[in-house]
Amino acid sequence: MHPAPSIILFTVASGLGYGLAIMLGLGLLDPQALATKVAHVLSLVLIGGGLVSSTLHLGNPRRAWRALSQWRSSWLSREGVMALATFVPLTLSATLALFAGRHSLALDLVGAVMAVATVWCTAMIYASLRTIEAWHTPLTPACYVAFSLAGGALLAAFFAALGGGEPRGPALAALLLLGIAWATKRAWKRRVTALVSATTPETATGLGSIGKVRLLERPHMTENYLTHEMGFRVARKHAAKLWLIAVGFGALLPGTALVVLLTGQGDALVITAAALACLGFVLGLLVERWLFFAEARHTVMNYYGG
Amino acid sequence: MTSLPSLPAPKKIGLVIDLDVCVGCHACVVNCKEWNTGGYGAALSDQQPYGADVSGAWLNRIHTFEVVPQGGEIVGEAGDARIVHFPKSCLHCEEAPCVTVCPTGASYKRAEDGIVLVDEDKCIGCGLCAWACPYGAREMDVAAGVMKKCTLCIDRIYNETFEEVDRVPACVRTCPANARHFGDFADPTSDVSRMVVARGGIDLMPEQGTRPVNKYLPPRPRTALADMASLPLAENTAGAKGFFAWLDGMLDRI
Repeated sequence: MHPAPSIILFTVASGLGYGLAIMLGLGLLDPQALATKVAHVLSLVLIGGGLVSSTLHLGNPRRAWRALSQWRSSWLSREGVMALATFVPLTLSATLALFAGRHSLALDLVGAVMAVATVWCTAMIYASLRTIEAWHTPLTPACYVAFSLAGGALLAAFFAALGGGEPRGPALAALLLLGIAWATKRAWKRRVTALVSATTPETATGLGSIGKVRLLERPHMTENYLTHEMGFRVARKHAAKLWLIAVGFGALLPGTALVVLLTGQGDALVITAAALACLGFVLGLLVERWLFFAEARHTVMNYYGG
Repeated sequence: MTSLPSLPAPKKIGLVIDLDVCVGCHACVVNCKEWNTGGYGAALSDQQPYGADVSGAWLNRIHTFEVVPQGGEIVGEAGDARIVHFPKSCLHCEEAPCVTVCPTGASYKRAEDGIVLVDEDKCIGCGLCAWACPYGAREMDVAAGVMKKCTLCIDRIYNETFEEVDRVPACVRTCPANARHFGDFADPTSDVSRMVVARGGIDLMPEQGTRPVNKYLPPRPRTALADMASLPLAENTAGAKGFFAWLDGMLDRI
């Protein structure tokens, strides 16, 4: 599938934003500290920025408001509705933290639950598509939520290190969630590797009863919307290398940095380790998301010989 | 409203495409583009129409496949390969996945006749319906930023200013080989229903659970070249009578 940069940016940024909001909601950070206030603002900026970015790939962005209407059937609509609704508790929480320096447990918990639900809806947009077998599994939303939580915990550890309180708690949570996230992703990837596609050129054309079907001529000599949108190949060619890069930056680097943070002494070391962990994770996640789109094979390519 | 109609439609109109007959001339492709660029909704734009990298939105495309019989790795090894021209447009599925994913209500399936349409004034051009369609029946009009698809020529089939013979989709009207047929599948006595029964009409990608309305008629079995008379036709004298039979025999003997 064609990985629109705006979609990759949206899923990574909003995932991190919701993850951070959830960690803030669970009270991992001291609400009095300046770093915590910055964290509240950053989480809203990440979520809002992600949403704006998601409208950039639309053909008619000025009609985007209409996307809120079909929540009965469409996961994309549900995601939009949930994203807007979740702003209410998250903005109230942020206001409390910014101006009163405190947090309300009930409000924070509502915000956290809604944030998880929003990330779930985002992932279900992809997981609900039967046409892309790699995505059509409950492991897809599980990965999205797990990565969101891990990213949120990493950012929470960073803000704790900056002065929001004791960073070892969030760091330990981050290490645990990072492990869960990558284990889930590994299960997702194993499923994809083992996947035998039910849809083949034979079922696509109905000619399987005669023999093996091979494309002789495409409808047009040049590329079209479908081959652009569904037949992206660059990342597929280098998928193995990109996967190693994603794991290296997104799992090994933050994992090592978190161990250093947990065992080391001194503010400078702790802050540097937390910053490196966050940076590596974001880079790794961007590559992981790129692969998620680019590696996915769409059934329509059975008509295009790919 | 992007929920599918809850009751089965009283009419189920669609196409039968005969893969035995299609000669791959692309006339239906061209007439479809011609009709629909000036008909329903935004024009079907082309990008760089006179450049090297030309592309554009089409609602009907013909693919050509080569079918190698079972047991053969290469063409001709296990018998004659067949070339099958394969026209493909929207199948107007009963369980249309493109409709339910639409976030805006632009995509809908008509309750009265089952046609799947896009209300272009509501379409935000997110492209999710094209991702949800297993057949590649939907293409974005890059210039208008809205999704385009086959309307079954809704502006022809109900157009009472047309003569009866013209009230069929442009692709059906134009096909010089009569490979495309239009009709109501809900009526078991209609031509299309009878054709499907007689020829064993098939669904594309049944495993996707879309229950397409359009049906494809598979190519008829063909006599293998190897089973035909071993002599070239021009030298086969089996049917000769009278003087020519006598001459044939005499010339064989000398």
